Amino acid sequence: MTSVFDQLPPDPMLERRRLIQEISSQKMGRRKLRSNLFMGLLLVAIVVAIIPLGFIVVTLIQRGAAEISWSFLSQTPVQPTLFDQEHIGGIGNAIAGSLLVDAVAAAVAVPLGIILGLYLSETSSRPAKILRGICEVMTGLPSILFGVFAYIYIVTAMRSYSAFAASMALAMLMTPVITKGAETALRDVPQTLREAGLALGARQSKVTLKVVLPYAFPGVFTGVLLALARAVGETAPLLFVIGNSIIFDWNPAHPNTAMPLMIFNYASTFYDSQHHAAWGIALTLVTIVFALNLVARLVAARMRREQR
Amino acid sequence: MTVQTASHSEGSGLTPARGFKPRAGSDRFYSLTLRSVALLFAAVIALFVWSVLHQSWPAWSHYGFSFITGTNWAPSDEIFGAAPLILATLITTGVALLFAVPIGIGTAIVLTFVLPSRIATPLRSIVELLAAVPSVVYGLWGLNVIVPWMSSTVQPWLSNLTGGTGIFSGNQIGLGLSTASMVLAIMVLPTIVSVSRDVLANVPKDQVEGALSLGATRSQVLLKVVLPEAKFGILGAISLGTGRALGETVAVAMVIGQSPAMPHSLFSLGSTLASTIAGQFIDSQPMHLAALGACAVILMVLTAGVNTGARALVRRTAGAK
Repeated sequence: MTSVFDQLPPDPMLERRRLIQEISSQKMGRRKLRSNLFMGLLLVAIVVAIIPLGFIVVTLIQRGAAEISWSFLSQTPVQPTLFDQEHIGGIGNAIAGSLLVDAVAAAVAVPLGIILGLYLSETSSRPAKILRGICEVMTGLPSILFGVFAYIYIVTAMRSYSAFAASMALAMLMTPVITKGAETALRDVPQTLREAGLALGARQSKVTLKVVLPYAFPGVFTGVLLALARAVGETAPLLFVIGNSIIFDWNPAHPNTAMPLMIFNYASTFYDSQHHAAWGIALTLVTIVFALNLVARLVAARMRREQR
Repeated sequence: MTVQTASHSEGSGLTPARGFKPRAGSDRFYSLTLRSVALLFAAVIALFVWSVLHQSWPAWSHYGFSFITGTNWAPSDEIFGAAPLILATLITTGVALLFAVPIGIGTAIVLTFVLPSRIATPLRSIVELLAAVPSVVYGLWGLNVIVPWMSSTVQPWLSNLTGGTGIFSGNQIGLGLSTASMVLAIMVLPTIVSVSRDVLANVPKDQVEGALSLGATRSQVLLKVVLPEAKFGILGAISLGTGRALGETVAVAMVIGQSPAMPHSLFSLGSTLASTIAGQFIDSQPMHLAALGACAVILMVLTAGVNTGARALVRRTAGAK
């Protein structure tokens, strides 16, 4: 039996199949190698990305937690002297200042942002489109420009640094963010709901207040919280409009201070004690910002679940 | 829909009472309020742009084009040439993107396509939270961690590698353009990751699965199907990161050394447009204020341009679907 096959010339088809298998297995190996190399590079990228970001959080907690105490959070700062470098007081007035500045900014930006959101969600005219574009560009402008604006109009006019000027700079920053969130949320309100309200004979204002806004509330609220979280951490717009004070002061017309500004000032002073304190303020600030973000996320997630 | 079927049924015998005026939909007070607030806001924005232009006008009229090309920024002599500032802004942003773009896109791809969602979802939330960390905290971290590390490790190493010439020459004190670029890279990373992840998540699943079923390897699917599909969106994400890097103020001001001299290497001290405004605005002479206003104008034009481009790109991908 075997002798017959041995005498035949080699089968060209078999030969070809063997060749093809050989080449394709070589190619497959190369393809797999290339793919694995690429995936390896990707994993390197994510590790390289996570190291510094994780490092920041760890440093922040390590150095910050040691500073925070009740007296640190409630007292006013004291200028250290060469002989008493450790005695620097607390940051109570900066927390109060941040609260005041951001509350006044929100009092302006929230109604303004929501009304603009209503306008943009209900009209599709040319001016509305232009306004939407302007809002989008404004969210990307460097925040220091709003500080320049507040300086030119408010600080110069009042002839004094003030918490109010800082609030206005932050309100400029917050309004486009709130508008964007409100517009998106308001657009998601089913048209049938509005029509039902109108069909019952309600005025448009009443439909908006009693039907549309309650329905869109979670989305609008999320936008407000995100805007607030951004404003709380802003330093640049405050630099040359808020002045600097070391006492508790609830008058918006007076100079004040805020947590991010205090970090900036403390970070490059002569005293080590203030450098350490800067980490304490940073941890407090980041905790507040994260809390605002988490609440915003929870509200948004809950809203998505309910609407599904 | 229900409204249309319920009303206007002919012959129902319902006729409006005498003196009835349809109120719904014609709420004049309401629409007037919306419009006037919109107009007010538009006016404030116009005032904002105009005020910055007006503030800067003396500088433009006095120095003209040499304000942009001049290489000497000497406030005490009233000589203002913004070229060093513009150059420092562009260099730090460019170097930051050189690191942040590949790493950011790689991370976004891993988060979207590689890791199982029970790991990817928490990681994504963390990255998005980090995008919310105030910039002054990045600055503080840069000043306390990156600056010492640069001066003790990275700068001597780079300097040895190149023999201390070219872009890695000069003193190695840690502060300067290279450190500012590192801090900026870390700051824009979360932005690039989260925006490009959103774009990648929108790539149609059937395209990916189709390519896989044809026998493409994972890298081929990612490089030849996913990335081309998402390229405009990713460009948009990069531009958003660029805008953030160009305008970043405090974090840069804390680590760049605040010296408005012409940079000659990556180790030299510098000062960007934004950080110069931050550092010199208080208690300046009128002409100095005007020059800083002119810096603000340049910054506004740069960032608004980059952002408009970014939005257009992101919209283009969204519209193509």
